[in-house]
Amino acid sequence: MSAMEKNKHKTDVIIIGAGPVGLFAVFELGLLDMQAHLVDILDRPGGQCAELYPEKPIYDIPGFPVITGQELTDNLMKQIEPFEPVFHLQQMAESLTKLDNGNWELTTDEGTTLEAPVIVIAAGGGSFTPKKPNIPDLEDYEGKSLFYAVRKMDQFKDKNILIAGGGDSALDWCLNLQPIAKSMQLVRRRPDFRAAPDSVSKMRKLEEAGKMKSYVGNLKELHGEGGQLHSVTVQAKGEELYTIECDTLLAFYGLTMKLGPIANFGLNLHENLIPVDTEKFETDTTGIFSIGDINSYAGKLKLILSGFHESALMAQQAFRYVYPDKKLRFQYTTSSSSLQEKLGVDNKAA
Amino acid sequence: MKIFVTDIGGKEHELEALEGWRVMEIIKDYGLPLKAECGGACCCATCHVYVDEAWLPKLHGMQDEEEDMLDEAIDIQDNSRLSCQLLMSEELDGLKVTIAPGTEL
Repeated sequence: MSAMEKNKHKTDVIIIGAGPVGLFAVFELGLLDMQAHLVDILDRPGGQCAELYPEKPIYDIPGFPVITGQELTDNLMKQIEPFEPVFHLQQMAESLTKLDNGNWELTTDEGTTLEAPVIVIAAGGGSFTPKKPNIPDLEDYEGKSLFYAVRKMDQFKDKNILIAGGGDSALDWCLNLQPIAKSMQLVRRRPDFRAAPDSVSKMRKLEEAGKMKSYVGNLKELHGEGGQLHSVTVQAKGEELYTIECDTLLAFYGLTMKLGPIANFGLNLHENLIPVDTEKFETDTTGIFSIGDINSYAGKLKLILSGFHESALMAQQAFRYVYPDKKLRFQYTTSSSSLQEKLGVDNKAA
Repeated sequence: MKIFVTDIGGKEHELEALEGWRVMEIIKDYGLPLKAECGGACCCATCHVYVDEAWLPKLHGMQDEEEDMLDEAIDIQDNSRLSCQLLMSEELDGLKVTIAPGTEL
């Protein structure tokens, strides 16, 4: 199989976004015999629950007086296990085209192509993208000597690296890249770190051993030529500007959500949300559904529980597109032996 | 109870405030553009505001969690706060804040 064929998949439903609502959609689709592939920009399922507040308690999930974002994600992953969903992580859904056979083809920024009769957009607040500091001429350096993520470590071999940020990403990459870099420096806003204490003490040890330097201050200006950085100007609270020399800058200021390429899918948008009907949660385009925080309709509440409801109704209509000749039967998981079989329940014991 | 909120464009709005509500919730409820994407969990820094100097002494201090999260705010200043961590009470009647960059929808 060529590399190209390996990145081509055909399935029943493609879900954009692996947050709680996208994950529960796998369950509702699975009960109706539809298989799903999910695309997500993050490196793990869970969406906002996993990225923004894994440790925070949520109090309005039906049946759970309190549950953290990570626990909810773990539970959903367990619940959908019988349906063997396929995840395409760290990839952004980039373009959508209608094929001659009536199916949709979705292409990701990593070149994966997925074909299915049904698309479900469960992208929440959009795609997580790095926050950028407010510094003049930033764009001139982006992708050349200024980066917001590390995809291949090799790229940073023998570089004079400056890392900006005080969180886990900043410290993790400081520790990981230090051995291969020519020099390593770190600058953060205040003396304290948000990162795990263990990473901070490892960094301190490197510093004591003279293997790296750290500074306090905010980035003010970038200096260089043709996108190649020579130095940055930094200023700490109430102090003079100073200069740090470096040829590579890695900035870690966290992630924020942007709608991204979905805006170019040709769908009707209203204030960056996707209008749907409230019977099927289908968009103005046949076969494309939208569920969870990213859709809009009269009375919409941006709650996880609304997204769960929306995914159940979406699955009913998706079934009609995936199996146009089959009759849809409504069954309960408590009583239906065929549903229990799909879920892998051992009902001999009952 | 009232608060005065200056939006990104520089326009000041007088908003009715309720005791016990977070300033972020009041701004969102009124419909002014403010991302506040984590919904008040102190996890994203997209509800960042600058507090009018005169009001700074009246605010309760910052918890470590808020100070940590401000690391991810854009254009931070000495009067930077996360509006989801500002709880309305009688003493804050008349509070003035300006919505900071990086909070756009």
